[in-house]
Amino acid sequence: MYFQLAWRNIWRNSRRTIVIITAVAIGVWSMVFLSAFSRGMLNSMLENGKSVLVGDIQIHHKNYREDPSIDKSMERPDVIRVVLENSLPQDALWAERIKVSAFVSNARHSSGVTLVGIDPKQEERISFVGRSIIKGTFLEESDKRGVLVGKALLDKFDTKIGKKLILMTRDKNGKVVSKAFRIRGIYRAEMESTEKSYLFITMSGARNLLNMQTGISEISIVLPDEEMVDAFGEMLQEKLDTRLYSVETWKDLLPMLEAYLGMFNSFMYIWYVVVFIAMGFGIVNTSLMAVFERVREFGLLRALGMKPWWVIRSVLTESIFILMVGILTGNALGMISVFLMKENGINLAMFGKGAEFFGMSRIIYPVLTLNDVMSVNYVIFFLGVFVSFYPAIRAAQITPVEAMRE
Amino acid sequence: MSTDIKMALRNIWRSPIRTMLTLSAIAFAALILVFMLSFQLGSYEAMVNSSVKIHTGHFQVQVKGYNEKQNMRFAISSPKDIAAKLDKIKKIQAYTFRANGFSLVSSENRTRGVLVTGIDPLGEASVSTIKTLVKKGGYLDKNDTDKALIGQLLAQHLKVSVNDELTILGQGKNGSIAAGIVTIKGIFSSGIDEFDRSSIQIPLNYFNDLFYMQGSVHEIVCTAASLYDVSNIVKELKKDLPDNQDGKEIVLLDWKELVPGLVQGIKLDLVSAMIFYAILIIVVAFSILNTFLMAILERTKEFGVMLALGVKPGRLLKLVMMESSFMTLVGVSIGGALGCLLTLWFQIHGINLESASEILKEYGMSGTVYPKLSFISAFAGPVAVLFITLCAALYPALKVKKLTPVEAINSV
Repeated sequence: MYFQLAWRNIWRNSRRTIVIITAVAIGVWSMVFLSAFSRGMLNSMLENGKSVLVGDIQIHHKNYREDPSIDKSMERPDVIRVVLENSLPQDALWAERIKVSAFVSNARHSSGVTLVGIDPKQEERISFVGRSIIKGTFLEESDKRGVLVGKALLDKFDTKIGKKLILMTRDKNGKVVSKAFRIRGIYRAEMESTEKSYLFITMSGARNLLNMQTGISEISIVLPDEEMVDAFGEMLQEKLDTRLYSVETWKDLLPMLEAYLGMFNSFMYIWYVVVFIAMGFGIVNTSLMAVFERVREFGLLRALGMKPWWVIRSVLTESIFILMVGILTGNALGMISVFLMKENGINLAMFGKGAEFFGMSRIIYPVLTLNDVMSVNYVIFFLGVFVSFYPAIRAAQITPVEAMRE
Repeated sequence: MSTDIKMALRNIWRSPIRTMLTLSAIAFAALILVFMLSFQLGSYEAMVNSSVKIHTGHFQVQVKGYNEKQNMRFAISSPKDIAAKLDKIKKIQAYTFRANGFSLVSSENRTRGVLVTGIDPLGEASVSTIKTLVKKGGYLDKNDTDKALIGQLLAQHLKVSVNDELTILGQGKNGSIAAGIVTIKGIFSSGIDEFDRSSIQIPLNYFNDLFYMQGSVHEIVCTAASLYDVSNIVKELKKDLPDNQDGKEIVLLDWKELVPGLVQGIKLDLVSAMIFYAILIIVVAFSILNTFLMAILERTKEFGVMLALGVKPGRLLKLVMMESSFMTLVGVSIGGALGCLLTLWFQIHGINLESASEILKEYGMSGTVYPKLSFISAFAGPVAVLFITLCAALYPALKVKKLTPVEAINSV
């Protein structure tokens, strides 16, 4: 009966209730939608950051990160392979790479790049390059003289498929070596800077150029589930000899993104509170009016022996009902709009270069996570209840005598 | 004071709590908008200035196509002629010549492909901050020849320090091989990793000999006193500058063209912030709409009596609109004023974003951000709030116009 009373009370002035519910719903909707949109932006930054040869976890020679050179390669990849096969989940993928900085030139142009020796079969499944060949073919495993080039670099060098590029770098023995490679395929990446800075050759081609036998520079691992990253990172750290190898997760490798993620979360919370405050004034005002309208009623209830605490409870219940209806509507609206956007995404082509500047793709797909939705709901609900105490306490302060004078 | 104004003012204060709450909501929105907008504009300006000061300058004179392809042969063959034109424009604070060539730079046991830039030590110091960024060793002197400044990350990678030698191997302007040995004189750190990782600077004269430039340069980098002067200078200079020199088309590029990512990044950030602001304003508008609506529904009986006494519906509408306009105006002014004060305080003291310094560093900013109050940031937000709130007030006010005396008097 108690809930029934509150429910009926809020519908006594249906117009007022509807307007305030609309205000709450719009607030919640905006928060849900914005969080999905920003989460989408962030995920796209993360995906792009990770897909450019980072992956979830990487294994390097322990000094490779301070000094990413050919000297710091891992000479016994077979040992690591055994560990990986034994400890990673079945559907985890990994790829081995040789990575050196090199100098590429043709008759007229030259530029500094990162040269990546890959195992085409492994690489295809793990990083962007396998799926992004727009012209020509991906590398064959046995191809010692083929190179994959980004579209932007190709344009800059005024060259095309089948032409040669000279790659120059320092080999395993410290000597400067150079060899001509033939362009087999052109890849496109989300970002122009990627296209300009990475050239891909086969592992055998790289070994040939660098005069090295077994060594590799890095192993990049992609796990089936993002949540596993930390656990497996630690596990690999334990199983591998830390005097020789270091294991890094993407959080170590992309500290900037990690920092962004942290900042984003706190920014969203601040924003929830800001929007809530704007909304809160409306909620307090409305419930306060609803209270003052019913001074006589509350006076009568008090005269009949109702405890002040009961009055507070009944007013709070009314606010909670309003909040809940508003929150539910807002969530529903938010989910519907995210669902509608999910298909085509939000196109930022207008700001293509800007999106690239922040490391994002041109099309953003909103991403709704349970966590984000729940935090929106928590913030609104608890702050909502909190501010409703004010009108509730005001209602409880009404005395029968005061009410009679009204 | 006319009766209407008096009535409106008294009506507003009939319910002080409600009025205060409504005022607070409006003021809060205005305050947040002033502050946030100032904060954004301030950090954009800092972003642009630091990126401009470290390397690109406010605008550059180049041969058409150089900026896209960085082809060595797209060089300005007689930079002195252009410099003479630049000298004529007083608003140009400083300019300098630069030439660039991709080269393989090697230390004793490391090699890396980097952009070697030839700079004029004196001119460079007046245009960019490079001189102040030298953390180890010293800056280049006027008469230095085979000396170099290198970025800190690059030095780390090459495992070199001051006084070590580097071998430069590149391609000269005419396609010949350019090879030379330089001694590191200084190591700089700008905080922008990309720059510190991939740049090495040598005296322009030496670069000229090494890369067979024959006195030509790739960029004439200019700075203006302020970011806001740039468009005027560019306009003025365009009239004066020759269209081509020795068959090569000369172009003027301002910072927006030199760092397109920065401009679009700012635009993107601004647009997404606008969406946030719009939503904030809508939410505020709804809570205010509610208050206004309630205030009027509560007084239906009163309006009925007034109508019965012969007050014209139009006058009632005016009265109600006056009440909401007063409230909105006061709210917006208070909020705007507080927002300005808050912004000014932080403008002086700065906002410490130590936790975000990793991110800020990437855009060339330090850990402290200074919001910047400007005409736009002070007024755009409050005006938007004012407009939307008045629109929200219109709906309840129009309801008043439809009232009939008898029905209104009989309503509860």
